[in-house]
Amino acid sequence: MIPVAFDYERPDTVDAALALLAEHGEDATVLAGGHSLLPVMKLRLGAPELVIDIGRLADLNYIRVEGDEVAIGAGTRHRDLEASEVLATEVPLLPAVARTVGDPQVRHRGTIGGSLAHADPASDLPAAVLALNGTVVLRSARGERQVPITGFYTGVFSSVKEPDELIVEVRVPRTGAAGWAYEKFTRRSNDWAIVAVAVVDGRVGLVNMGPTPLRASATEAALAEGASIEDAAALADQATDPPADTAATREYRRHLARLLTKRALTTAAGV
Amino acid sequence: MSGNTVKVDITVNGEQTSADVEPRLLLAHYLRENVGLKATNIGCDTTSCGACTVLVDGESVKSCTVLAVQTDQRSVTTLEGLSPEGGELHPMAKAFREEHGLQCGFCTPGMVMAAVSLIEENPNPTERDVREGLEGNLCRCTGYHNIVRAVLAAAGQDPDAEQKREAESDASRTAPGFSTGGAGA
Amino acid sequence: MSIMGTRVVRVEDPVFLTRGATYTDDLTDERLTGALHLTLVRSPLAHARITAIDVEGAREAPGVVAVITGADLDLPPALLFPAANKAMVRPWLATDVVRFVGEPVAAVLTEERYQGPDAADLVAVDYDPLPAVIDLKAAASDEVLLFPEAGTNTALGFGVEDAFDETLFDGCDVVVTREIVNQRLAAAPLETRAAAAVWGDDGRVTIFCSSQNAHIARDEIAGWLGVEKDTVHVILPDVGGGFGAKIGADPEFALVAALAKRAGRPVRWSESRSENMTGMGQGRAQLQTVTIGGSRDGKVQAYRIDVLADAGAYPRLGTYLPAFTRMMAPGTYDIPKVESRARVLVTTTTSTVAYRGAGRPEATAAIERAMDLFAAEIGMDPAEVRKLNVIAPEKFPFVTQGGVEYDSGEYAKAIERAQEAAGYAELRAEQAARRERGDARQLGIGVSSYVEITGGGAFAEDAAVEVHPDGTVTVLTGTSPHGQGHATAWAMLASDHLGIPIEKITVKHGDTDLIPRGSGTMGSRSLQTGGVAVYQAAGELVELAKQRAADLLEANVDDLEVDKSNASIVVKGAPGSKSVTFAQLAEQEKLAVSTTFDSKKPTFPFGAHVAVVEVDVESGKVTVERIVTVDDAGPVVNPLLAEGQRHGGIAQGISQALLEEVVYDEDGNPLTATFADYGFPSAAELPSFELVDQATPTPINPLGAKGIGEAGTIGATPAVQSAVVDALSHLGVRHIDMPTTPLRVWEAIQAASKGAK
Repeated sequence: MIPVAFDYERPDTVDAALALLAEHGEDATVLAGGHSLLPVMKLRLGAPELVIDIGRLADLNYIRVEGDEVAIGAGTRHRDLEASEVLATEVPLLPAVARTVGDPQVRHRGTIGGSLAHADPASDLPAAVLALNGTVVLRSARGERQVPITGFYTGVFSSVKEPDELIVEVRVPRTGAAGWAYEKFTRRSNDWAIVAVAVVDGRVGLVNMGPTPLRASATEAALAEGASIEDAAALADQATDPPADTAATREYRRHLARLLTKRALTTAAGV
Repeated sequence: MSGNTVKVDITVNGEQTSADVEPRLLLAHYLRENVGLKATNIGCDTTSCGACTVLVDGESVKSCTVLAVQTDQRSVTTLEGLSPEGGELHPMAKAFREEHGLQCGFCTPGMVMAAVSLIEENPNPTERDVREGLEGNLCRCTGYHNIVRAVLAAAGQDPDAEQKREAESDASRTAPGFSTGGAGA
Repeated sequence: MSIMGTRVVRVEDPVFLTRGATYTDDLTDERLTGALHLTLVRSPLAHARITAIDVEGAREAPGVVAVITGADLDLPPALLFPAANKAMVRPWLATDVVRFVGEPVAAVLTEERYQGPDAADLVAVDYDPLPAVIDLKAAASDEVLLFPEAGTNTALGFGVEDAFDETLFDGCDVVVTREIVNQRLAAAPLETRAAAAVWGDDGRVTIFCSSQNAHIARDEIAGWLGVEKDTVHVILPDVGGGFGAKIGADPEFALVAALAKRAGRPVRWSESRSENMTGMGQGRAQLQTVTIGGSRDGKVQAYRIDVLADAGAYPRLGTYLPAFTRMMAPGTYDIPKVESRARVLVTTTTSTVAYRGAGRPEATAAIERAMDLFAAEIGMDPAEVRKLNVIAPEKFPFVTQGGVEYDSGEYAKAIERAQEAAGYAELRAEQAARRERGDARQLGIGVSSYVEITGGGAFAEDAAVEVHPDGTVTVLTGTSPHGQGHATAWAMLASDHLGIPIEKITVKHGDTDLIPRGSGTMGSRSLQTGGVAVYQAAGELVELAKQRAADLLEANVDDLEVDKSNASIVVKGAPGSKSVTFAQLAEQEKLAVSTTFDSKKPTFPFGAHVAVVEVDVESGKVTVERIVTVDDAGPVVNPLLAEGQRHGGIAQGISQALLEEVVYDEDGNPLTATFADYGFPSAAELPSFELVDQATPTPINPLGAKGIGEAGTIGATPAVQSAVVDALSHLGVRHIDMPTTPLRVWEAIQAASKGAK
């Protein structure tokens, strides 16, 4: 299938992209790798009037250590996360999660900024960044702001990002040797997660357990108070609101969240 | 109402191509309709099947989920660009033939291109690596058995040995006997 | 050395691997120059009355040449499957009522491909919803009728007139009964449906389409259009997989032809995958109730299968397939009493057609599940129960309780050999150890024994072989490959007689003007009919050549033989004497033979599969660790090709058991209408396959060959399903419907642990 016709701009600089966003607002959509956007447009579930292609903005493509954090340009592709030596030592969770996104072709195109902006609760990277306590850097013609990922998502496919804002960077703390694990439960290798659990440094991010990526706060609190992995994991589905579909009932998702959390915590603890 | 066109210059299989295209034109259609290279097939709407896989700057992508304009000034390689006309088959193509890694042929161009990209990134893949590396390419005919063998062979590995190793890596396997002909009754 | 039985790589591959095959949508045939593109507006509702269709907006859209509705067409609705209830006719474009999501409602013809969907979006259709009918029992209740004028939802019944025998299970120590779902599958060939049509000045229409049978497609299209067969010329370009769902023509093909006539221009159509997943015929879709009875020492005495089958909205070939399910109901077993019946019902869903096994996997799945249930009930190993009940080799030919004559079989031997290759005893020991330890990953071992019917639809096939003066050969065949490798195998069969290398042999097929007759490729029929016909034709050509050579070589015909080293006729036992090549004979006079081979009977390939799965009992996830298969289809012409057929079938079997299912919600909305949603497996979900060879010839044809195309599917599906259940049998689980998804497995474990059944 093919998208509805649209106008196309490929700005040469971030500022030019921001100017276009300021001008067109909700009528415009940003195209990075296109692997969230184009499928939606091809099925005609979305039909933006203007597509702003930021795929060539080289200054959005970087991974570098900045103090206690690693700064990742929004245009960094999943493949680049996967292969990054910096991340392998500083934030090993991220390459591992990136490796589970889609398939190699998708990873050659999709970007971390695009994945976060799309705000799909079944997506891998948002929950990983959530577990990392990362920060989303938003820029518009009006200026720049940093939003903690914990306050970024507002619902299914929605976030606090304003129509004129662009995600330019994702910042995550250097977790180094802290225990981590990613447990992703799928029907098929390249399916979206039925449920997935990202664990790093005692924090737990849940995929597909509600309208947004979630933290298993009760589990984290129990762990902090010295509870066993078993007991803490049993709380992983508290305050979640999982969807029901052909792959899973709500109850089954709750069970998987508990089970995968137990497994991820066990792996992260190196037990 | 939209409808502007954009000029693109795309190197396809080493040759310059150029056209004024609608921004919505998919790379797959650009290759098939504008350039006339029909090996690249379209098998789904959801970036699932990989039949349309081509290389952009040497990396596998699904050309049904890339706009032609996104590859402006880039280099695209399709199946037609792998083996010189009238010459030897590309090693990956040759391996697909020798291992019978294709039947109806519809997934084949994309499968071969995905495989070329796979061993470019991982020159010494295990059977598991190959299976996971091809997760984005669907085939209804072969059950993948011979495709996996072909990719292993193209990577310079012995498919029999590699399948046996994968088999023995699991405790439940007691008597692996992967047929490449085997003993008749 | 004969070329027969050797691993010859395919002659078709170099083109496929360099510039790609040429499928219908790839055609640049000059006859299609200036073709219009067809886009169909399809119903978004499963069952509704159409109250208005407004096409005015669409007519104004860029590039639109015509927007056509059913009211504009003068084609009467057609009964797509002639034996179905006569009222269940399908309109070419729905006018009054739509009966499934995806039913065509309007046709848009545009100058360019990209203009079609834009215009189609502007066609406004008003619908008044009617209740959907999805569940087969609901359909059988006739509370909501799809065709009120039919007065019933039953499209066709098999054996439904007679009541079941009340005494069938009398005398059995043990009787087990169970309802089993054989779920609906999408055929999902990688190439979707496509057709192109152009009318010539001679009043004939040439139709290029993606089909498994040019002649059947021609006959169907001619019938639907109401023209003589001779008016229709069908050409099949390369076909990107069929699997039964491309048997003959699809209604859209005839529509393309009708619209091309109306427009006075060629028209081409190539559907999207989303259209394909609701428009192309689907497979399986049976609700089976099986009952099995026997003695505590393991002898099965009686078996009954009662089938409700889903025809979808408009009966097509799927309506007939329960006949195969009944025919093959007893499987490989010598069961004294067998009863079966089937009722085929219309529902507000996509029509069902043949798919990979077509009625036989459904029979095998049912009897194999029943054998497992019986074995579990009497506490006997499932492989042992099977070996105790299979038909003994000395009993062939064997007339079954299914009413057919099995040609040859070594069923117990196949099971033994599969067990041996799998290391069955060691696997059982490993299973016991894991159970003892209470491992999270439990082992399941499934065994299936199967027999199927191939070449069952059309027994005769034509072939023509001609040697040209330049030494090349042309073979014409009525079969129609779409991945099976006939260009290679048929060339081998001719080469075996002629000694002419396969590189010089061209196999032509799939053109109704070039080839007078043919039944195409379906039901695993091709080698045992068309292949044998080619073999016979080449043999007859040798005899013709000998007669012509006799004068030249001044010898008796009986003293002549073929020297395969240089494709010539020579005098026996006289090396170095005069000889004449086939090419030289062809120079003097056309050297060609046409022949027909009629097997008159089907063949019955068989085998046994052992599947080994790991089930994560905490999550419900199943991983197939091994599949060991004995697939006996008689002597093999080209093991490379035969193995490829087995591999594809095995993958499908695993996939039906674990992953695939077409799902509708209660309103009839398809929930699996893209490849993102439908459980089509990738390489990552499958293991490598372990094949064990066995070759028991059939007496039905001179090659001794049976069909191999669907064997893997028929054997692997129940083996894998059985293995999943087996992994959990110690927990009290006896059955899980396919696909055995993690959700279903987990729920079965939960139910068993709660003591529920």
